[in-house]
Order: sequence, then structure tokens, then C-alpha cells
Amino acid sequence: MATVTKTRNSIRFRGRSFLALVLAPELPLQDWFVEFDDLLRRSPSFFIGRAVVLDVTSLNLDKAALADLIAKLFDRKVRVMGVEGAKASSLGLGMPPAMSGGRVVDVPDPVDEEASTSEEDEKPKSAPPPQLVPATSPSLVVDHAVRSGQSIVFPEGDVTVIGSVASGAEIVAGGSVHVYGPLRGRVLAGTTGNPSARIFCHKLEAELLSIDGLYQTADEMQPGLLGRPVQVWLKDDTLMFAALD
Amino acid sequence: MAKVLVVTSGKGGVGKTTSTAALGAALALSGQTVCVVDFDVGLRNLDLVMGAERRVVFDLINVVQGDAKLSQALIRDKRCEHLSLLAASQTRDKDALSTEGVARVIEELRERFDWIICDSPAGIERGATLAMRHADMAVVVTNPEVSSVRDSDRIIGLLDSKTIRAERGERMDKFLLLTRYDPSRAEKGEMLKVDDVLEILSIPLLGIVPESQAVLSASNLGSPVTIANPDSAPARAYLDAALRLMGIDVPITVPTDKRSLFGALFGRRVA
Repeated sequence: MATVTKTRNSIRFRGRSFLALVLAPELPLQDWFVEFDDLLRRSPSFFIGRAVVLDVTSLNLDKAALADLIAKLFDRKVRVMGVEGAKASSLGLGMPPAMSGGRVVDVPDPVDEEASTSEEDEKPKSAPPPQLVPATSPSLVVDHAVRSGQSIVFPEGDVTVIGSVASGAEIVAGGSVHVYGPLRGRVLAGTTGNPSARIFCHKLEAELLSIDGLYQTADEMQPGLLGRPVQVWLKDDTLMFAALD
Repeated sequence: MAKVLVVTSGKGGVGKTTSTAALGAALALSGQTVCVVDFDVGLRNLDLVMGAERRVVFDLINVVQGDAKLSQALIRDKRCEHLSLLAASQTRDKDALSTEGVARVIEELRERFDWIICDSPAGIERGATLAMRHADMAVVVTNPEVSSVRDSDRIIGLLDSKTIRAERGERMDKFLLLTRYDPSRAEKGEMLKVDDVLEILSIPLLGIVPESQAVLSASNLGSPVTIANPDSAPARAYLDAALRLMGIDVPITVPTDKRSLFGALFGRRVA
């Protein structure tokens, strides 16, 4: 690990996922609102300042009914930032955007926030239940070359590629990325905000490498490392490179 | 068992049409029945390179849409009886090709010929994906320069995902045909070397076609180079490549035109 270099002029860009409460009303809506108003009476400020996504998958509402539902929630100071499971025709200008692909996430430790508002036990059932962090994090093994124009996106964990990653190809991983072959494309590791993610490759010829939003292009990489097996990690917001041979 | 071969590249101008005609003629000369199909609807060229542009009555679109029978649209080559052409339409565009229609035409062609060679249009849009869709094997035509290599890599990715074979999880044989290769320029570092290209694309090499005046002369004559000038270096490269397609093991060489030392020096200056 003789060759260690520092990044200059880093600019941060990152995809970020935020936690939102998902509210899933149930039919009949009138009864549901009775329950809901009851909840609000017990903790009037619960929804104030919170991001709420409305899940209407099971309701099958038309545009007018959906607008009415959102208006009723608005009257109760619930700001709906997105709608999940609505027909495209039910949404439009002036309506919250459609959302999809949401995952039930591990909530790291919501206790502090909840405690400060002292409403922990009144958390609605529709909110994503905190899950235990699994003992092993998932990984994806790609046992072929990743060709130009292909994109492997795996926010859940590590990606291992057995083969080359071509110029113009892209690997996006929430965890670390291992490439057993020449790496000529882009690799973005730790994209879900994981600064401990690392990048390993058999032969460094990458166009761009990024860990947790900090990136470096081929131009900025130390020429002495090119063509060699290399690992990349993050130390104090600086990308560190070291040859492995 | 008929084989459907797509000649593709992603990038334009690398020699797909020239290679389709030359490989088609080379296979036909060896006694196999061959149909070359131009998928470049709207920018048809294969008929010109084959010297059949004055004989086109019906084209691929007519057959796909059921306006003409396949037998009416096939144009038999005058020089080689085993070689036929199915021309593209110059007046229509690629949207006129329906997926079902193309599938039907390819099935009909499979019954009549040993080889169906599809000349893909450049790009990765509909025309190119339809041309590769039914292929059993692919020849990826690449020039020894970086943009062509990257586009070929993209095409290989599509061959591994968008073809019927790939969707069924079957093997799709892909071969690299390196065209317009100039060994002296590659040696000087002005071009990528064969090994560099092979290392990036990592598919088997079908042949190396040297840069040669014979290719352009043959195109302008309206004759595949393997018929027009079979002793020329590119023709020998294509003839060897055709043998490899038939499964015959031929060692790979870079054929060169015999020139005097003066001629070689002079030629290099001009180039």
C-alpha cells in the first residue's frame, strides 16, 4: 500500500432516500376518518411537518374521489407529498406526484425523534414498522462482463462482477463493489450513504469512481495506479487509492 | 439446419454492408445457399454493393406486410447461383417493419436457405434490434478505434439481452470481425492493436480484414470483394472468415497485398 493519493476539488452529489410516513386509508373512508380524527385528537401535532405518502392501492379511487380524499387530509393539516398505487389518470396537475418502488426500510433509531415529541405509542399502524437489521447484508454476483450501456443497480448491498466492466457501463451499489477483471466504466459504491463502502478491482482503468457521493474521474487518478489491481476507500471525506500488488 | 447470422456494429461506416456482401458471396461460392437481407430500411445500400439495384421490384417491407410473396422479392445473384438478396425499401422507414412480419419472413427464409445473413442498420434502435432479434449467431464488425470498440461492446450487450436466443437463455455465438485494419499504423500506435480490441470485447475473432483499395473498387463495381477480386487481401480475409463460420479451423493471419518496397512506402505516404 505504498501509493496513497488524496482527492482535490471534490464535489458531492448523491441520491438520497428519505423516510416518509405511509398512510393507507381503508374502506369505507367515512369510518376510517372517524378513527383518524380520533388519533388526531389524542396527538394533534403528529402530522405537522411530516412527509406523508398516501397509499391508495387498495382503494381504487377515481380522480374526483382521490382529490376529495387529499383535500380532507389537507383540512386535517396532513400534507401529502406523493401518492402510491393510484391510476395515472387519477393524478394530474395540482395533484401530488405518483410514487412507486418504495421499500420498507430499516429505521436505524427513531427513538430520539419520537421521544422528543412524546407520541411514540400513537404512531399509526400504517407507518413502516421498524425492521431488525439483517445479520448478513445482501450481495449481488454478476458472473459475466458488464457491457457498455449496461447498468447494474443494487442499492441493497455489495456487487461482485466476475468479468470486465466496459467503458460506458455502470455499477451502482449501496455497499462495496468488487470487479474481478478490468474496470473501464463507472463504479458508484455506498450510494445509500455508506462511507465505509469500498471499491476493489483487478485492473484499474475506470472512467469514474465514487464512494458515498465523493467521486474522482480518470483524469484525477494517479497515473501510476492505472492498469493495476487497486482498492479505493473513503477517509475523512477523501478518496484513498492503494495498489494491491 | 439453416443459420441466421446478423452482421452488426452499432457504429456506422465500419463495413457492415461490405462484410455482409463479402461473407455472403464467400459462403455461396463454397456451395452453401445464402440469402443476404438488408434491414437498413430507408437507407438501403446492400443492393448497390451487390450490383442488384436495377433489379429490385419488391422488398423486405412488401414481404413483411404481405404485399408480395417471398419468391417474388428474392433477387438471385447473376454471378453466383447460390446467392440471393432480399432488398430493403428506400422509401419507407423502420416503423414499417412489424415484429411478427419479420419473424414470419425469417421462418420462410430458414426453409429455403442454409444461411440467412441480416445486414443490420447502424445504431441501436428498432431496425438494429429487429435485425438481431432472430439471429443464431452474430458477426460484430469493428474498426480498430475506440469509438467503434465501445459501440461494439454496447451491441454485444444487446445481443446478450434482446435476442430471442438470449431471452430463452440459449447461447448466442458472437464473433469479432476487425475491418479496416492497418498493421503498420497499429504498430505505430495510431490504431488499436488486435489484442487490445480482443481484450476489451472478449469475444472470439472471426477475421482481420486489412484496409485496402480493393474494397472500395469492388463496392463501386457493385460486386462483393470476394467475387470481384478474390485474390486481394481483404477477399482472402473474408474467404477465411467464411470458412471459420462453417466451423472449419483456419489459422488467423492478416493478409497483405503483395507490393514492391517502393509501392509500400509510396502507399503509406499517400495514406
